[in-house]
Amino acid sequence: MGDLKLPEINYGALSPMLILFGAACLGVLLEAVLPRGRRHGVQLTLALASLVAALAAVILTRNTRVVTIGGAVAIDGPTVFLWGSILLLGVVSMLLIGERAVEAGGAFVSQAAITVGSDKDLKQAGGQPGATEVYPLTIFSIGGMLLFVAANDLLTMFVALEVLSLPLYLLCALARRRRLLSQEAALKYFLLGSYASAFFLFGVALIYGFAGAVDLASIHAAVADPQRNEVLLFGGLALVAIGLLFKGAAAPFHVWTPDVYQGAPTPITALMAACTKVAAFGALLRILYVAFDGVRWDFQPVLGVIAILTMLIGAVLAVTQTDMKRLLAYSSIANAGYLLVGVLALNKEGLSSTMFYLVAYGFSVLAAFGIVSLVRDAEGEATHLSRWAGLGRKSPLYAGVFSFIMLAFAGIPLTSGFTSKFAVFGAAIDGGQTWLVIVGVITSMVLAFPYLRVIVMMWLSEPGESTPTVSIPGFLTSAALVIGVIVTLALGVIPAPLLDLTNDAAQFVR
Amino acid sequence: MTPDYYLVLAAILFTIGAAGVLVRRNAIVLFMCIELMLNAANLALVTFSRINGTLDGQIISFFVMVVAAAEVVIGLAIIMSIFRTRRSASVDDANLLKY
Repeated sequence: MGDLKLPEINYGALSPMLILFGAACLGVLLEAVLPRGRRHGVQLTLALASLVAALAAVILTRNTRVVTIGGAVAIDGPTVFLWGSILLLGVVSMLLIGERAVEAGGAFVSQAAITVGSDKDLKQAGGQPGATEVYPLTIFSIGGMLLFVAANDLLTMFVALEVLSLPLYLLCALARRRRLLSQEAALKYFLLGSYASAFFLFGVALIYGFAGAVDLASIHAAVADPQRNEVLLFGGLALVAIGLLFKGAAAPFHVWTPDVYQGAPTPITALMAACTKVAAFGALLRILYVAFDGVRWDFQPVLGVIAILTMLIGAVLAVTQTDMKRLLAYSSIANAGYLLVGVLALNKEGLSSTMFYLVAYGFSVLAAFGIVSLVRDAEGEATHLSRWAGLGRKSPLYAGVFSFIMLAFAGIPLTSGFTSKFAVFGAAIDGGQTWLVIVGVITSMVLAFPYLRVIVMMWLSEPGESTPTVSIPGFLTSAALVIGVIVTLALGVIPAPLLDLTNDAAQFVR
Repeated sequence: MTPDYYLVLAAILFTIGAAGVLVRRNAIVLFMCIELMLNAANLALVTFSRINGTLDGQIISFFVMVVAAAEVVIGLAIIMSIFRTRRSASVDDANLLKY
């Protein structure tokens, strides 16, 4: 045993993840020792501080390019960029999660284990402070996302997938209002999510049989071998891709998205729409670009069909929706299709434009869900579309902000929606994927209809008896909204700095 | 004895699990089917480990067992909380979210 060789660990490069996981463990501990009244402030401060500290660590180690812990984690340009974006989006969603001024006690239930509708439940509905476990859970989940985009072998990727998913399943079940819907969303997300990760795992097993190892470099080498076993290779790749496309909400693996987005507490929906999307597409980019680059002609048409399906289903079904959160869910499915178009360009521009799109979309969607969490009546959030009629007359400021975000989703120039769509479509044309771009442009036009319908409804209808009021946001939600809107505008007017940044970062290590 | 038979067995177990999730109604049974899929993957990993002559597959299956245990904790908690309210673990009863 004397010659046992330990893998080298570059703690500096891993520090963002270590900070987050450390803070999450500390948060669990604090949950046990702090008196109930002080938990919210302390946990929120700890969560925000750890995200900012991790972001600072990413910025300090931004020039590190290293594969560490025995080849399990690769820190390269895309990793550092995606870490930075996940952490920034994480800070903004944490602001939404920590908001308590809009609803007494916050958006989360105080004790999730209490049976819905029982006497105790009615008692806790009256404004008892919400559970503070959500902060460590969110930090665990964001830590898992960081590991997910940096994973350099399929085992690490599987573990990271579970670390990011398991807290999300629980968070979905913690809504204060409409608890049955929330629990149902959690059940659906959990069952379908673990189904998809079982497919992912069997794919890992097949690829291990194919390549004899699970690290991406060995898989790349095995793919280049002309004597390869194609059954194991393509079977494994298909199953692994199912697991990743599920997390990214691409059709036909999208069915959970509208239900879960509608049922989950709105701040958690925002977290899923922004951060989970970055993580899922980051991992998909790494697998396709690093490991399976050698069979790009084989998977490109298949994933192209999936991209087209995703865009069509997202756009067409968004038109028929009557609930604001479901509408945003279908819009997020369509956006997953546009992201896939960028991924399938399979060139450097494809990589950089997809990363740009992820950041631009993330900030807009956070602002959109921020507004959704403010439009309320006595029952809680009023998410039915008809209730939004005439909102522009009642609260022009928030209706204006929401209209701006809708225009950004529709891809109007001078918003980030335009520049990011332009970037991914341009990259796809360079990559010879004109057929995807044609479908992309057509579905964008279809998708503009539901967005514009919302705007028309808010501004041109008379406010009715049932038009809800917009709650005055507390400091945290206001900050999240301001950041979301400023980034959406800034990336539309001056996209060059971020585009340069993504271009510099678009180089995987192998 | 050739290890290929174990791969066939793993594929059969995985298919049974995947089909079970699609046709069964009870959330607990669904959950067991998913566990069956994970264990089929474990069997495939260990068999490939034997075929390839490397230990990676066996190590991975240990990780999978730990992850599956964590998944059970979360899953049963969610199913329990729904069961307490509805007095049923059927996934067909959880149908408030649609369209």
